[in-house]
Amino acid sequence: MANTYYDPADLRKFGKITEWSEELGTKFFDYYGKVFEEGALSAREKSLIALAVSHVVKCPYCIDAYTKDGLQKGITKEEMMEAVHVGAAIEGGATLVHGVQMMNKYNKLSM
Amino acid sequence: MATKSLKAKGNDLAVSNKQLEILNGGIFADGELPYFKDKIADIGHFPLRPKKLEILQINVGYMCNQVCEHCHVDAGPDRKEIMTRETMQQCLEVIKNTGAHTLDLTGGAPEMNPDFEWFVEEAAKAGIKDFIVRSNLTIIRANKKYYHLPDFFKKHNVHVISSMPHYTRGKTDKQRGDGVFDKSIKALQELNERGYGMPDSDLKLDLVYNPSGAYLPGDQAAMEKDFKKALKEDFNIDFHNLFAITNLPIARFLDYLIASENYEDYMYALVEAYNPSAVANVMCTNTISISWDGWLYDCDFNQMLDLKVASKVKHIKDYNEDILNDRNIIISQHCYGCTAGAGSSCQGTVA
Repeated sequence: MANTYYDPADLRKFGKITEWSEELGTKFFDYYGKVFEEGALSAREKSLIALAVSHVVKCPYCIDAYTKDGLQKGITKEEMMEAVHVGAAIEGGATLVHGVQMMNKYNKLSM
Repeated sequence: MATKSLKAKGNDLAVSNKQLEILNGGIFADGELPYFKDKIADIGHFPLRPKKLEILQINVGYMCNQVCEHCHVDAGPDRKEIMTRETMQQCLEVIKNTGAHTLDLTGGAPEMNPDFEWFVEEAAKAGIKDFIVRSNLTIIRANKKYYHLPDFFKKHNVHVISSMPHYTRGKTDKQRGDGVFDKSIKALQELNERGYGMPDSDLKLDLVYNPSGAYLPGDQAAMEKDFKKALKEDFNIDFHNLFAITNLPIARFLDYLIASENYEDYMYALVEAYNPSAVANVMCTNTISISWDGWLYDCDFNQMLDLKVASKVKHIKDYNEDILNDRNIIISQHCYGCTAGAGSSCQGTVA
């Protein structure tokens, strides 16, 4: 098999990052665990947000992890795809809204 | 969706030895993942010993009207193994002389055993407090001869535990077959009409959720909340509890894991989710599983792997509780499935 930058099996090793920096790694995982606890938002809602963000930041590990997490929580594929579209809409909107800057500049430079 | 049992297809995995070979070898052979035996030895639970017997789980036959993708029994319409009345009578003798308070009937579809109703009636007379039938629901609508089952269940106060993979049609039908969702909904409504599953009713109706794929079940309480909300809003259905059960890598589910190249990841997931606090209450510690032909097993999964109890008493006809309780429970790598996350048993989570 050809070498690639991403190996799905590496996801299982995520916890090992603490081995090279225990204090920071542990603080990160404590924080991470706390973020995903049931709170004002349900664990289900947080899972869908995480899935949408995973796509926006284009993290293959995160996409695998939160697709599986969504399945475990009984989230349907329709709900998952809607979440991805929310991410895509924000990402697309973020690009497009800069079009206003382009239009402003164009207008300013044009007679 | 599967259409035939592994046995009917002549699949290698229809033979229990082949399954054990994969479970005990494969990714565990290189020592990269720990053996279940070592894990429980670390917390003083090896050898695993039985506690007081509370549940007799009886498999009255592998025949079923469904061929579910994940079935660890490899049940289906082509499976002819069926418990005889003679073996049922031997079970009844044991029921009368044991302290077990729960009788848990499984299959296949237990209702397809021709002596099913006779057995229910006789077991009730024998003093069982909680008489469970694990119904796939669709059997109630499968054929006119089963249409009376909801009334029969009610008459004998049978505790119905039904499989329901999801509250959406797509996911349910994919795992269990086309049309299963609609028939299951209809059956649940019929049970509700008779008082089953209503908040204050003694007619117990619980649902079982198995993941439809290579992932573990989520939090049981959260899943129950979602199921209750969706089934109530969409179909006005009530039920009591949802049991979230982990799929164990046995028979058709093992075949699926291997064919879909998920086996290794799934086993890693089970091992990573190992929860020491689930070990003390795994179902094999208070349950005896009896096969259609009367052999005794520590659990339903060991039954499917043909791992008979490690005791002089191996068959229902020779049943002796004192001798049987003095045994070591047989464990293997599939036992990680019962200790993953919040733990898994036929009664839901155990930790």
